[in-house]
Amino acid sequence: MSKLTIQPNNEDHIQGKENSSITLVEYGDFQCPYCREAYPIVKEIQKIKGDAIRFVFRNFPLSEIHSYALHAAYAAEAAGKQHKFWEMHDILFENQENLKDSDLRLYSEKLSLDIDQFTKDMNSDEVAKKVQTDIIGGIKSGVNGTPTFFINSIRFDGPSDLDSLLKAIDLADK
Amino acid sequence: MKDQPLKKGMKAPDFSLKSTSDQEVSLKDFLGKPVILAFYPADFSPVCGSELTLFNEVLPEFKKYDAQLFGISVDNIWSHLAFAKERNLHFPLLSDFNPKGEVSRMYNAYQEEDGLSKRALYVIDKDGVIAWGYISPIGINPGADGILNALEEL
Repeated sequence: MSKLTIQPNNEDHIQGKENSSITLVEYGDFQCPYCREAYPIVKEIQKIKGDAIRFVFRNFPLSEIHSYALHAAYAAEAAGKQHKFWEMHDILFENQENLKDSDLRLYSEKLSLDIDQFTKDMNSDEVAKKVQTDIIGGIKSGVNGTPTFFINSIRFDGPSDLDSLLKAIDLADK
Repeated sequence: MKDQPLKKGMKAPDFSLKSTSDQEVSLKDFLGKPVILAFYPADFSPVCGSELTLFNEVLPEFKKYDAQLFGISVDNIWSHLAFAKERNLHFPLLSDFNPKGEVSRMYNAYQEEDGLSKRALYVIDKDGVIAWGYISPIGINPGADGILNALEEL
């Protein structure tokens, strides 16, 4: 049974409260269609579970099959440096067909980011390293494709539909 | 026990399999470096969850241990070549096609009723001895954590 090796920490992007009874961690790729499908499902779960759940998103771009995934991950992290990670996360999934560098720049404008800073951060070693750290941590935790979810540190191996995820969450919450 | 992986400490059975129409890969040629064998049921399974796609991304980590990865299934070389090209794979796929499943059987990695390789993973050390083996339930991609742990422990 594969387990999350890196617990949620200050480097992470986290929605929800620290004392929540459920922690859902997703390793995702902004260009992956299955992650796109999971995106509204996670939102629904957050709505249903409210304060009982916190959600962590970590990058796992499959660069060899998704040529825009790595830069999209950089864009989300660069937006995060201006406190707009989740806004960028949402825009990227909602516009998955358009993830070229020029599109990413457009989204940064849409979010009223400091564009020069955004561009600088996107190309920085720091952001590249953050994404790489996410990937390595994911591999060591047994990420086996995208999206991979961990519910309270245990890898969820079921299908990523709402019912299956909710059932597993409720089971873990008992 | 046919449903258990070959035991740690056992000499890895040698084999020669085709990687292209005119190239054969023999396990014994890789003595001196760790070898990872990834048996899998079939080429062209759904993309993002594909085990080999994942291992392809993890290659730089495997390289840190100087390890050589091979994918093995009963598909023929032409299927393998098309699959490797589509998925941009940077490691060889070996064809356990004729006689079908012979090498998979040697590694307890053959599902007789389906005529497919199981999802079995092996790490073989530089002396050709099995260091770690794992058979995953057929519908579940095992991930690369077990392989990395085994490489770390060599």
